[in-house]
Amino acid sequence: MTAAVERGAAPPVPGIPPARPTVPRSAAGEGRRPVWQRVLFVAALVGAAVIFMLPFVWLVSASLRPREYVFAPGFLPVPFAPENYAEAWSAVPLLTWFGNSVVVGVAAAAAVTLSSAWVAFGFAYFRFPGRSLLFGLVLATMMLPFAVTMIPTYLIWSDLGLTDTQVPLWAGNLFGSAFYIFLLRQFLLSLPREYFEAARVDGASYPQLFWKMAFPLIRPALLVAFVFEFKASWTDLLKPLIYLRNEQLYTLPRGLKVVLDRFGYGGEQQWEIVLAGSVLATVPMIILFFLAQRHFVEGIATTGRKG
Amino acid sequence: MATVTAPAPGRRRRTPLARREARWAYLFLAPWIVGFLVFYAGPMIASLWLSFTEYDVINPPEYTGLDNYRELMSDPAVARSLGNTVYYTALHVPLVMVISLGLALLLKRVGRLQGFFRTVFYLPVMTPAVAVGILFLLLLNTQDGLINRALGLVGIDGPSWTTDPGWVMPGIILMSLWSLGSTVIIYLAALQNVPRDLYEAASIDGAGPWARFRSVTLPMISGALFFTLIVNTIASLQMFTEVYTMYFGNRETQNTFNSDAASFYVIHLFQEAFQFLHMGFASAMAWLLFVIILIITLIQVKLSNRFVYYEGEDK
Repeated sequence: MTAAVERGAAPPVPGIPPARPTVPRSAAGEGRRPVWQRVLFVAALVGAAVIFMLPFVWLVSASLRPREYVFAPGFLPVPFAPENYAEAWSAVPLLTWFGNSVVVGVAAAAAVTLSSAWVAFGFAYFRFPGRSLLFGLVLATMMLPFAVTMIPTYLIWSDLGLTDTQVPLWAGNLFGSAFYIFLLRQFLLSLPREYFEAARVDGASYPQLFWKMAFPLIRPALLVAFVFEFKASWTDLLKPLIYLRNEQLYTLPRGLKVVLDRFGYGGEQQWEIVLAGSVLATVPMIILFFLAQRHFVEGIATTGRKG
Repeated sequence: MATVTAPAPGRRRRTPLARREARWAYLFLAPWIVGFLVFYAGPMIASLWLSFTEYDVINPPEYTGLDNYRELMSDPAVARSLGNTVYYTALHVPLVMVISLGLALLLKRVGRLQGFFRTVFYLPVMTPAVAVGILFLLLLNTQDGLINRALGLVGIDGPSWTTDPGWVMPGIILMSLWSLGSTVIIYLAALQNVPRDLYEAASIDGAGPWARFRSVTLPMISGALFFTLIVNTIASLQMFTEVYTMYFGNRETQNTFNSDAASFYVIHLFQEAFQFLHMGFASAMAWLLFVIILIITLIQVKLSNRFVYYEGEDK
């Protein structure tokens, strides 16, 4: 991408039109407002932020207290009981589930990103009979509730003998997915066509245009697709619920549901184990967000803008 | 600026080159076309057909005509789950939109710390839905839950959120509001795209804050409002994971009253399909849901034509 920018061939950020520069903030606006308004503003903002953060604080702190203290008042992990995590670790195969979630998540995200980019290039670069009809069909699939195709899709994987394997959790992603095809097409459409035509003249094939040029140029958008799908896969309960019987194959959400049913209300109310498991399932997503914050925000804002 | 899109039609006829190009185009589209046939078109036809049969996976499907649909209309459990789902949607969606808009308006005024607060409101969205369900099962605990503790501080005797059938649904709605961060980000992006001169022009015309909000802000972000209305409605009609985590899938707790009070349409559908193996009946349920979503979306689109303002020639 850097090379393209240096040659002045590509816009600085492919795809998303740069947002209008934000209003010069606080300095201009806040200073003129009366004091009571500013106090009210800060109070509302900080109050809302505290309300949104308290559940996290409670979750982490309660997961670090002994069983009898899980519901104790206050937000400090006292008495401190980090052994809850060891206990959870030995009660259920958390590490296996964690690994399964990583494998399934990477497979699902890589499959959907590659295939959607490939298909999006087809829609963005070529002009052919039936293009708008087909693209309309792509968008229409977004409207279809999962429940409509859920049962026949299960029967397909069942006929293939692949239920109770992790394949159905990601293999459907090999065929592209409407939302990502739409997103990546938007990015591809903003690339200058001359750039590709010059490469055609130099003898590059279409797959080369895709791999060597389009693919690197839309890397920010590819990352958006990858992190979104990884998150979707990491947090999904429904598919593992349908397809997985063997506990060794469970992903984290499926495993966490078992932990709740076995140790929570269904069991001896060992909430410290349930909470430790919940923290372990959540922390990777928080880390992912901080690593890819820009891509998450960009992806969500784009969907809204195109609506 | 020139874009990747091919030149306008008419400039060339179907030359061998154009045909070669079209062949390549379909090669690029091939994965999606295959996926569409195998995972959308085929299953849609199959589930429509299954909805007219009785099918338990073990024995071959048996054609029963409209029986499933007739049963669907008279089954109190289906009516209950549909009623709950509509109730949830009717409260969840407007609440999410109003609160998100409020938060986005606050965020818009924040200076350097905007990124920090945006993250604060978005992090709950990153939390796996199963963990959200577990967390709120405990936060909503009658005696010791954080929420009733907080209510106690202001002298309110909090209800039994997770066990009183009348309070189960409000508890679920409360939980759902924690994860509204995506809507906030969409509104914030829309707000930041409202040209500043519009506000200045309105001020010069003597518009106060409320008038500016009514006649500048709302029309300018109506596209985003409409988008979130549709997306949030479709999503909440298909609510599954958090509630299933809290109240279902566990023999010990499921046969209590609250699983009835917390029954959502897709949860009931899932159970009919994969617990009771009533695949035909569940397929009929799925098609009813599809029709309901289509109708609601069409109504919303119709309404939006009246209220949504599109800038420039876009659309």
